[in-house]
Amino acid sequence: MRVLLTIEHDVDGVLDSSLRAATLARELSGSEGEVVGCLFARGPVAEPVAEPVAAALGEQGISRCFTVELPYAPVAWARSLAAIGAELGADAVVAAATDRGNEVMAHLGAITGYPMAANCFACEEGETAATGVMSLLVTRQRWAGSLVESANLAADRLLLTVATDAVQPVPSDLGRPAELVVFDPPLEEGDADIVAIESQEESGGVSLASARVVVSGGRGVGSPEGFAVLEELASLLGGAVGVSRAVTSLGWRPHSEQVGQTGTRVTPDLYMACGISGAIQHLAGCQSAKTMIAINTDGDAPIMTRADYAVIGDVGEVLPALVEAIKARS
Amino acid sequence: MEVIVCVKRVPMVGGRIVLTPDGQRIDTKLLGFTVSPHEECAVEEAVRLVEANGGAVTVLTLGPPEAEEQLRDAVALGASKCVLLETGEREFGPIATAEAIVAAVRERGGYDLLLFGNEAADTGDFQVGIRVAHMLGLPVATGIKSLEVDPGSRRAKARRQYRGAEELFELPLPAVVTVKEGINLPRYPSLPGRIRAKKAAVETSTPVWRDDGLSKRELSLPEVERRHAEVLGQGKEAVPALVSVLESIGLLT
Ligand SMILES: Cc1cc2nc3c(=O)[nH]c(=O)nc-3n(C[C@H](O)[C@H](O)[C@H](O)COP(=O)(O)OP(=O)(O)OC[C@H]3O[C@@H](n4cnc5c(N)ncnc54)[C@H](O)[C@@H]3O)c2cc1C
Ligand SMILES: Nc1ncnc2c1ncn2[C@@H]1O[C@H](COP(=O)(O)O)[C@@H](O)[C@H]1O
Repeated sequence: MRVLLTIEHDVDGVLDSSLRAATLARELSGSEGEVVGCLFARGPVAEPVAEPVAAALGEQGISRCFTVELPYAPVAWARSLAAIGAELGADAVVAAATDRGNEVMAHLGAITGYPMAANCFACEEGETAATGVMSLLVTRQRWAGSLVESANLAADRLLLTVATDAVQPVPSDLGRPAELVVFDPPLEEGDADIVAIESQEESGGVSLASARVVVSGGRGVGSPEGFAVLEELASLLGGAVGVSRAVTSLGWRPHSEQVGQTGTRVTPDLYMACGISGAIQHLAGCQSAKTMIAINTDGDAPIMTRADYAVIGDVGEVLPALVEAIKARS
Repeated sequence: MEVIVCVKRVPMVGGRIVLTPDGQRIDTKLLGFTVSPHEECAVEEAVRLVEANGGAVTVLTLGPPEAEEQLRDAVALGASKCVLLETGEREFGPIATAEAIVAAVRERGGYDLLLFGNEAADTGDFQVGIRVAHMLGLPVATGIKSLEVDPGSRRAKARRQYRGAEELFELPLPAVVTVKEGINLPRYPSLPGRIRAKKAAVETSTPVWRDDGLSKRELSLPEVERRHAEVLGQGKEAVPALVSVLESIGLLT
């Protein structure tokens, strides 16, 4: 199969999510097939970016990659993928299931009229119908990963996004960099009308999404004031404060701190769930934490089946004592 | 300002999911139903826009007859008209859903804004709003966390976060906007709202099903390691053990 893979990058190079998506794209293409990249960039892809990007793609077994010079205009990106896909005779178009990946692939689905399967993490070639329509058996995440669906995707061109947290990246080094080929997309009028105007501002402090330690509080924290001790602990451990949806719904803390299905996904070394029951939608955002500690008055709360360690007790009693003990050490 | 909001009825699952023996759906015998938090926020945003600019909010859902409950919930929060696209046994995929919504919206006409959730809670297809926009030839912005509408110039400014930076999209009305939780803090239903909800009329029609090309075979639970947390102790007495754990994972030196 010939697979067209959308590549996202930033100043540091190709995004890890795109590299992971490459693994599934390669699996899909099969030993006889080929994965061709498509990289979008605001300006011409020239030195010094071109070299590391081409090298990174080569390490993923991608021998050629189209580059398209466009700011983030989702319809224009999708139109470019449609054009490249047609030119290549691509059997499938794949992107990482990032906000942009899902958005662009949905536009491509809408433009072409083909179905799009979001958040896939495994696939297996099915039977091609007598009509020539290809079919693919996909395994995908539902409920933000709390449920798994196996589904049949049948179309002339298979469109899917890859749930990158569920795919282990397997490099397949070609031993040479990818060849970068400039592509000038045939855009239609209005395709680039809806375009992102980006600000450069980065928010201060430790960002929740990338924090190594997350001290998270739920309804069991009891009040907005109860979060002072969580903030203190987070700062002692060099981490960030997270919260459950119960807390944001009550207006105790801003939504930007919410962890879970409709909040942020975190991947810290340590996740401390304080006064959080452990609903699946909350766990969807923190289950890849390396170590989880729960502090809860209820020893039978669902969080106990996911945490590594637990303290049965009142957050308002345990956390201040923990903060004192840590301070006493220095 | 006429706003149409699309919401989807989903089971309210808590600590764990139980599937029916045939692996075709979530066992909902003991569960209540709700809509995605993104959609709750879409309803709230619609109500606020209409409070500020006049007009009305229509709430629309495609689902079983019981989905009327989710329409009435939205009326209790300030929506005034309800549309139920009633489905039978067959599950509608994202293309079929978008087509049914488009048919209903075309028939009604006269809207300025169509609001959706960024993704449905259950399927997480990330596409119905975008497909609707293409079918209607409208501009669309997704994952929006802040929305300003200027009824005079008939333009909207929609903002969202992407990898730590802010993105701004400018759209002419009518437009499709899909929102994410956090755009606002939804209100609780008022007593008069609840009374209105009971009485609200629901316009019902039966849309045509079509094969999407994406069909479910089976659902299963992910293989997660079920642990038994090692209990470090009760209350304050557990603190020394807690400190040792933090040391062992290299957080305290
Ligand atoms: C579609 C959908 C999406 C959702 N998305 C999210 C999401 O992104 N994030 C999210 O968090 N939730 C989400 N939810 C909500 C989720 O289902 C739960 O309702 C929510 O996570 C509960 O928050 P909680 O654990 O803080 O509260 P509760 O479930 O009320 O639990 C409170 C816990 O605190 C304990 N406790 C009480 N007092 C104390 C004390 N003094 N000391 C210690 N422990 C105490 C209790 O034993 C209990 O276990 C979503 C729901 C739906 C339907
Ligand atoms: N059955 C439905 N009825 C009404 N709106 C829906 C339905 N399915 C999806 N939507 C809307 O489309 C959004 C995206 O859904 P999806 O593409 O399925 O993830 C949801 O948040 C809803 O606003």
